[in-house]
Amino acid sequence: MTPAPAPMWPARYAVTGRHAETEDTVTLMLRPAGNPIEPPRPGQFTMLYAFGVGEVPVSISGFHRGEVLVQTIRAVGAVTRALCAAAPGDMIGVRGPFGTDWGLNIADGRDVLIVAGGIGLAPLRPVVLAALDQRARYDRVVLLVGARSPGDLIFTRELATWSRRGADLRVTVDHGQPGWDGHVGLVTGLIENAVDDPADTAAFVCGPEIMMRLSADMLVRCGVPATDIRVSLERNMRCGAALCGHCQLGPLLLCRDGPVVSYAEAAPLVTIKEL
Amino acid sequence: MEKDIDAERTVAMAPEMTLPAPRLIGAEGLEDLYQALVAEGYRVIGPAVQDGAIVLRELNSAAELPFGWGVRLEPGGYQLRRRDDRAAFGHSAGPQSWKRFLHPPRERLWSAARTPGGFELSDQAYDGEPPSYAFLGVRPCDLRAIAIQDRVLAQPGSRYAARRARLLIVAVNCTEPGETCFCTSMGTGPGADRGYDLALTEMADQGGHRFLVDVGSRRGAGVLERVPSEPASEAARQRARSAVEAAADRMGRQMQTADLRELMADSHQAARWDDVAARCLTCGNCTMACPTCFCTTIEDTTDLTGDHAERWERWDSCFDLDFSYLHGGGVRKSAKSRYRQWLTHKLGTWHDQFGSSGCVGCGRCIVWCPAGIDLTEEVKALRTERDHQEEP
Repeated sequence: MTPAPAPMWPARYAVTGRHAETEDTVTLMLRPAGNPIEPPRPGQFTMLYAFGVGEVPVSISGFHRGEVLVQTIRAVGAVTRALCAAAPGDMIGVRGPFGTDWGLNIADGRDVLIVAGGIGLAPLRPVVLAALDQRARYDRVVLLVGARSPGDLIFTRELATWSRRGADLRVTVDHGQPGWDGHVGLVTGLIENAVDDPADTAAFVCGPEIMMRLSADMLVRCGVPATDIRVSLERNMRCGAALCGHCQLGPLLLCRDGPVVSYAEAAPLVTIKEL
Repeated sequence: MEKDIDAERTVAMAPEMTLPAPRLIGAEGLEDLYQALVAEGYRVIGPAVQDGAIVLRELNSAAELPFGWGVRLEPGGYQLRRRDDRAAFGHSAGPQSWKRFLHPPRERLWSAARTPGGFELSDQAYDGEPPSYAFLGVRPCDLRAIAIQDRVLAQPGSRYAARRARLLIVAVNCTEPGETCFCTSMGTGPGADRGYDLALTEMADQGGHRFLVDVGSRRGAGVLERVPSEPASEAARQRARSAVEAAADRMGRQMQTADLRELMADSHQAARWDDVAARCLTCGNCTMACPTCFCTTIEDTTDLTGDHAERWERWDSCFDLDFSYLHGGGVRKSAKSRYRQWLTHKLGTWHDQFGSSGCVGCGRCIVWCPAGIDLTEEVKALRTERDHQEEP
């Protein structure tokens, strides 16, 4: 009998689906093979364990039918390579969910502006889905998606659906390639045009730290209050339960006080070198 | 909002308000106390001379306590010295702290075995029942250090919490501060007023070698009942209290704590970090010796077949380059950023994260730094640099 999942005790999940997003990025569907973890909120993350290899933090891209975890993983090291290689039927260890959520309620009755860079779209997917599920609750829902190249875009199967369901979708790549007739340039370059009513906009930004800084700074310049800009920060995570000290960023323990924080809180921290 | 550790502990102590008055035991009473602890099922951990230092280890008898030994401390230096009395606790902090028992350097969290359908975690993850320790000889600074680690690690259901709940603490009020001590500045000593089961104050003078015993809990009272003791006269109490009060004025170091948090927050760009980084070896000794440093890392291992896996937790240090590893490298690559992380966390952001300072003024980090870096000096220099910049 599997004991109830304590913070340090992985719950066992079976891979039920696998989709290759790009050359190095895979989305896994995970279904509990024993006691499940608590239902996650959009923006939270789990620690995923590949048997005998190790464990890494991965943001949650979706939670379907009250039990299926959707997690998008980019292969950059031994553990993420093992996770990306998992096939349907394989077992993965899951701890969590950990951390703060996006706090989508700050956008009630206002414009939702989602800015994603690369795999930063993965933790924002639940925000997109939640906003579209209750589309009437918000004014505009604008989704700005940037990637290095067309081949690095993730969730490409869903982008058109989101657009159809009422998202104002704008996609850009840093470097185009033959056959790409879309926008070329940094995602930050799309922001100015996307902001309509800055005082009535809530922004959700995720991507590489430098991209989040430049995006948030641009949003602030456009008049969006820093307190209405949410970013998802990343540091080394080992425990997820505020016990191990690795994820410190100044006063924050990002596994507990983050990963999602307002830019008002993040700005003074991410501008200090090597903090 | 910062919560007050002291206030919480005071509330926790409330049901035990009516405790016995202080008692007096002789030097031989330490063996009786040791035997009483063993009789109640405790493994007794205390100071003992070993390998040229006073270490903390499981004791086989009170006779193993470092009777007649003192220490000489300096930045980067530690030496045993003979005392001219037989005091058992006439020494200040050694290379270790009690955290190695409550928060062991290495611990297995679980093991797992491959199965046809995946893997299964073993029920025998926790390596048996948590031990019941009695700590004999906890200094007030270290008593506070335990309270600070409680705040971080005593999460419900954790092994730390289980060990902590079983722990019995015999504190020893400090009458012999070391050259690197500054508990008075940090408000953690030299006397303990709560958080112990029993508290001894050692007196080795013309009146003889004896101990005043304060009772801090029902459990402590139960242990003391097994030990031959006599009521403490008012004179004996006075003598003990004044010895502790006198210790407050004999601290080898001072830390100016006013606005320390703000100083840390204001000093991120200080030039002093370059100065200290030129001396710091980033060896991490300070973090190992510190009684409150709690950081750990996770190690996932397998046997040669690859069918059995284990997860271990072990102490880690923010001075390690890999501590902040992210996307192919450390966030804190320079030595100065790592020293800054340690000091600003210890004295500043610890308040934000856990509601108190992370420093108790025990001085271990000064003594066990191979480069002799003295955090009280570093704080002084940071303060001077900031104040100088603020002048018009």
